[in-house]
Amino acid sequence: MRATRHTWQGAAALLTALAIAAAACGPGTGADDPVTVYSGRSEELVGEVFDGFTDETGIEVEVRYGDTAELAATITEEGEASPADVFFGQDAGALGALQAQGRLVELPDDVLDLVDPVLRSREDAWVGVTGRVRVLAYNTDELSEAEVPDSVFDLTDPQWAGRVGWAPTNGSFQAFVTAMRVAEGEDVARAWLEGMLANDAVEFENNTAIVEGVSRGEVAIGVTNHYYLYRFLAEDPDFNVDNKYLLGDIGGLVNIAGAGVLDTSDLHEDSFELVRFLLSEDVQRRFGQTVDALEFPVRDDVDAPDLPSLEQIDPPDVDLSRLEDLQGTLELLREVGALS
Amino acid sequence: MSSPHPPTTEQLSPQLSEGVPPRGDRRRRAAMHPIVWIPAVGVALAMLLPAVYLVIAASDLSPARIGGILTDPETLRLAGRTVLLGGTVTAASLLLGVPLAWLTVRSDLPARRFFAIATALPLVIPTYVGAFTLVGALARGGLVEDWLGIVPPSPYGFWGAFVALTLFSFPYVLITVQASLRGLDPSLEEASRLLGHGPVRTFLKVTVPQLRASAAAGAILVTLYVFSDFGAVSILRYSTFTRGLYLQYRSAFDRAPAAVLGLLLVAMTVAVIVMEARTARDRGGQFGSRGPTRRGPTVPLRGWRWPAAALCSLVVLGGLVTPMAVITYWLVRGVQAGEQVNVAVGAAGRSLLVAGLGAVVAVLAALPVAIWAGRTRSRIARLVERVSFTGYALPGIVVALALVFFGIRVATPLYQTLAMLVFAYVALFLPQAIGSIRSSLLQVNPNVEAASRSLGATRVATVRRITVPLARRGAIAGGALVFLTALKELPATLLLAPTGYDTLATRVWSATAEAFYTRASVPALGLILLGSLPLAVLMVRDRRELA
Repeated sequence: MRATRHTWQGAAALLTALAIAAAACGPGTGADDPVTVYSGRSEELVGEVFDGFTDETGIEVEVRYGDTAELAATITEEGEASPADVFFGQDAGALGALQAQGRLVELPDDVLDLVDPVLRSREDAWVGVTGRVRVLAYNTDELSEAEVPDSVFDLTDPQWAGRVGWAPTNGSFQAFVTAMRVAEGEDVARAWLEGMLANDAVEFENNTAIVEGVSRGEVAIGVTNHYYLYRFLAEDPDFNVDNKYLLGDIGGLVNIAGAGVLDTSDLHEDSFELVRFLLSEDVQRRFGQTVDALEFPVRDDVDAPDLPSLEQIDPPDVDLSRLEDLQGTLELLREVGALS
Repeated sequence: MSSPHPPTTEQLSPQLSEGVPPRGDRRRRAAMHPIVWIPAVGVALAMLLPAVYLVIAASDLSPARIGGILTDPETLRLAGRTVLLGGTVTAASLLLGVPLAWLTVRSDLPARRFFAIATALPLVIPTYVGAFTLVGALARGGLVEDWLGIVPPSPYGFWGAFVALTLFSFPYVLITVQASLRGLDPSLEEASRLLGHGPVRTFLKVTVPQLRASAAAGAILVTLYVFSDFGAVSILRYSTFTRGLYLQYRSAFDRAPAAVLGLLLVAMTVAVIVMEARTARDRGGQFGSRGPTRRGPTVPLRGWRWPAAALCSLVVLGGLVTPMAVITYWLVRGVQAGEQVNVAVGAAGRSLLVAGLGAVVAVLAALPVAIWAGRTRSRIARLVERVSFTGYALPGIVVALALVFFGIRVATPLYQTLAMLVFAYVALFLPQAIGSIRSSLLQVNPNVEAASRSLGATRVATVRRITVPLARRGAIAGGALVFLTALKELPATLLLAPTGYDTLATRVWSATAEAFYTRASVPALGLILLGSLPLAVLMVRDRRELA
């Protein structure tokens, strides 16, 4: 029976260790509390930027990385006790949802003024930090840029039957459909979706899978975001996919990754400082130059060398907070049978 | 503990023994000491939290709206697909797991010890990685077509999800049945052989019935895992309930309709558990031995040795070699392109710590429930055991958000600490530990405890000195299962770990989400390596016990 006693002792020791670890990791209450960020952008993309903020300002940052929508849901469930100070999301819809719940405070004017008005909240509750543009990714072995249509509405043409990939369950695709509903009307969006389905659009799980599918030749064209391409180019410079920008088309929607400050935060000044830092020239330039994560700067005075300027893209004027109305988009997708 | 005397007739045919009280014997039924049932009830109440959260969340809706969601053809279609996938994957897992368990424990299979670990290892591969590598290998223009020039069948849709989930979850059956085979008293089989039955008849009539409880325990883990899986069904594009539920959470920012779907999933879980209870109801045949036993004789396979080895190799090829080859390919390609490779030692240590704590606490929480349910016929005990399955069958995001909801309100100082995360792992994976412990207890004749009582030991002393040590084999197997699944768990880890506490699983997730495959490859290989540790420990212990 000695073994049993040892087992119990071991278990007791482990539980004690657990309790100590738990106490050590508990939330601190010191005067110089770190700013807590809930980031739907992954550590791979933004981890170093937060480190840079601490180096420059001395303000500590704690970051919880996760899925954008799940983190937004977490903030909702946490309610008033939420430890989050800043929410940094991958799409405007999640920011719009928190704004609609009254969870985001109004940002100071000097922060708002840095950002192109199309790329921020109409209620001043959040700002875009980088732009992410919807594009048609195409297989360069099969097509030249001129052969790729200039508008998403051309994709329902019979010549593209079975040759176009999309991701109806993906958040950024649904945001784009929402924008189409807002800008062009419910009927146009429905007709387009039905046309795509009739044209045997090929379903993928997400944007990465689309770009891979285009590269493998499963499809010739993929409806996706501009930046996935650069991840692949970083690992394989000869990657056989390129982006076509849809100038002035709803298919060229500029969505944002953006940030807002929570009403329940008691560190508003430090949080504003962090958002200000994300919009600073250096950081903006860096977002526009990181080879494997090339995104559009939201400041007019910073250009990304390898990307067209936002002015050239001529983004459709859509109130991005309205991308929050995904329930309507989900229902529409379900009704036309796009969610298999 | 073993008796020096040869087994008596009574012990050989336990149906005749009085070890199990007949139904209706109220005095014996209520005999479990409060030291067992009080913690068991406490554990069960804690396991109800996710369901309570779902009720609270769903109550935002009007009854009419709830009715609308429940009768929506889309809901019914998803439910049908979920049942179809769960049923087929479970059947395939039994057909694969039970024979493989017997081959790797009792036969003279070539490289038997290697296969005993290698066939169980697919369990350490998260489905979000496994399914991804299957697509990379099998999709049009993938590695198979590239390297071999043949066009493999498409991995998408029902068949892809079926194959992936079977490959990556059949080890639940394999491991529980292996543990049970190792604890099996060979005297019953010997008696059967002495009475003139051949090896095949003995296997079917004597061995298989004794494995029923453990096979059923493994099977229910498979079924309910399929219900809760998101990784495989989303990547392989087969919409189930859980995929629909995630979609609702991720894109609609509205928890109420998702909660209704979650409650429906709880109802489906109850149905599955009731079915399992019918098939696995003990018929008096499981109480085979009187404690730690000797191993049964190794059965020679003769002409079947190499076909059996080929079957094992095929499973290892599909469930382990293919994913590892694809991951290694990412690593090599990235290194050649000059990518920095981060060794992720810190994340590995954090994974080890938190999954290890989860396993220990889950076993401690499972012991009272399993002892109560395995040692009495109490209906309440069975109810308590079944309640623990709700967290397991629900998608991780639901359990995680439930604990966010309660954690921040009720246990504020513990919110987003390791303690919270360990609790989440227990809520998610407790049935794995309970099932293993209960099946190992069922192998031990309760007369052992009766003897302890008749020799003057108190009920508490009997539990502490007899029952708990007898449950050790099951506790270790159950702890290993919890460790493996906690290692790869994502939604709860992302939401409930201390801020900044990254693990191997979160590293893999964060890198694959952004298509940085090279950066995902090292932590992914680390996961497989760490996951194989408990399996190796199980094997080594087994060997030592026999020596």
